[in-house]
Amino acid sequence: MTRVRRWLPGLLLVSPSIILIAVFVYGLLGWNFKLAMTDKHDEIAEIPGNFVGLENFTGIWSEERWGLSVRHAIVFTVVFVGGALVLGWLLAFLMEKGIRAESGFRAVYLFPMAVSFIATGVVWRWLMNSATGEHAVGLNRLFHYLGLDFLQWQWFRDPDWGMAAMALPAVWQMSGYIMALFLAGFRGVPEELREAARVDGCSEWGVYRHVVLPMLRPVTLSALIILGHISLKVFDLVVAVSGKQIITDVPATFMWTAVYDSHDPAKGATIASYIVLSVAVFVVPYLIWDARKGKRS
Amino acid sequence: MTAHVAEKAPRTAPAAPVRDKGRAGMWVRLVLLLLFVLVFLIPVYVLLVTSFKPLTEADPTQAWNLPKVWTTEAWSVAWEKLEPGIVNSFLLAVPGSLISAALGALNGYVLSKWRFPGADVLFTLFLFGMFIPYQGVMIPLVQLMVNVGDTLGVQLYGGIPGLVLAHVVYGIPICTLIFRNYYVTIPDELIEASRVDGAGMLRTLWSIVLPVSGPAFAVVIIWQFTSMWNDFLFAVFLTGPSSWPTTVMLNNIAGAVTTPYSQQMAAAILASIPTMVIYVLLGRFFMRGLMAGALKG
Repeated sequence: MTRVRRWLPGLLLVSPSIILIAVFVYGLLGWNFKLAMTDKHDEIAEIPGNFVGLENFTGIWSEERWGLSVRHAIVFTVVFVGGALVLGWLLAFLMEKGIRAESGFRAVYLFPMAVSFIATGVVWRWLMNSATGEHAVGLNRLFHYLGLDFLQWQWFRDPDWGMAAMALPAVWQMSGYIMALFLAGFRGVPEELREAARVDGCSEWGVYRHVVLPMLRPVTLSALIILGHISLKVFDLVVAVSGKQIITDVPATFMWTAVYDSHDPAKGATIASYIVLSVAVFVVPYLIWDARKGKRS
Repeated sequence: MTAHVAEKAPRTAPAAPVRDKGRAGMWVRLVLLLLFVLVFLIPVYVLLVTSFKPLTEADPTQAWNLPKVWTTEAWSVAWEKLEPGIVNSFLLAVPGSLISAALGALNGYVLSKWRFPGADVLFTLFLFGMFIPYQGVMIPLVQLMVNVGDTLGVQLYGGIPGLVLAHVVYGIPICTLIFRNYYVTIPDELIEASRVDGAGMLRTLWSIVLPVSGPAFAVVIIWQFTSMWNDFLFAVFLTGPSSWPTTVMLNNIAGAVTTPYSQQMAAAILASIPTMVIYVLLGRFFMRGLMAGALKG
């Protein structure tokens, strides 16, 4: 009884949040999955929607637009995650031994994090304007100045690799954050360990290879998780740079059009479910692993 | 690992060349970092330069030039168009971040210092709420807000209160995480001593814990303010024309083909000023939010 009296007040104090999370996170996720398994394809009509099982989940693959948006999301994810990881790592690597005006460098690399994708999308749409030759503006014009006209291309309007261009603003925006993560990782390697390796005759490169890089694995994993889940749900950036064009459609923008233009809740919910599942397959194991390790306590 | 490298490498290298190599390396790194600074600042240059150009200079051949005539014309037009959104964003982000901080402090305190059975599992369940793509709850959330609004006779959907509610609820995980991580650094003995003195949970929170919570509050308020200010997804699904925050307004302004680039850029800068000011003045806390929530993107 005294034990209960000891922890009950705490539970009560947290209970509003527990209820909110239970309803708004788990409840609504469940509701969304349920909706995705109905035939409620008309928002206005007062029909509750009949249960149709996984019909929507399989049927959507026959839609050309869905296939495109999945392909786009994959290209975007590969370029964005790879780009931000490499650039962030490189910046951290260049800074890790201490550099003049370090805080200045960090401030520049990190400032895009404080700005919305919508605001940066405005300038990136200008930079990645698809006009070439006479009418070129943005980066295409800059290439012309530099005598690199052959580099001019359609950017995000390129039918095949446009999404690789779309990933550039995201790399620009997020690599500073990844830099900060890696920098903390680099600095977390005790100097004595490096010194010990040097004394044992390790070259500077060997110290990195055998001592520092293995210790960066957990940071790399966190960075991958962060970048991966941002990438799979990317929405704002695509809207800001190109609007609702099919040529840059990703699942999140497709869902938006399904809800607001096609007025098809079941389809919107189906796409949303796929987005959730694509994130959950790697985040859930990560969270369980993380909780087991108990490193956050 | 160390044994086999020891055979190859000479144990000690002459001191002078190493120092020279180190110095040269330092310069190489510095130059590379400066190059990246230039690349990172290209969008900023474009934003500023374009925003001060008169319409007469909106010509592709002058795209990268400084304005011949500097004018704030575009700025005043952009401000006029964007102002209602900026007001709405403040009405959203100020109360929203304060409520978030209060909830986060309560949860973090209980989950670190007044634990109950199952607290760790609960915390992990909370954390999942941080990673879910919000698309997965959006359609039911709109439904729920419409229904609850109708039942209670309050306008949740389409108004700022509904948007505040959404941000507060989905902000619970990250706020709880930041406060919890901060509070575990408070020695348990302090809490225990207070308990022995007969203080209850709330009394201890008030007189022992809250007085030292300043930095955690700063981190959480800044984090939540920034994400609420920069959010587009919730805003576009949950608000209507009269309650559109800055991001939605900016997207409408910049998305219209009739808006000249100078106004688009000026609007993008205006929309980013509040979070940039926070970043410049309180970057330290902003960074801590990023690192504390290294789990969160």
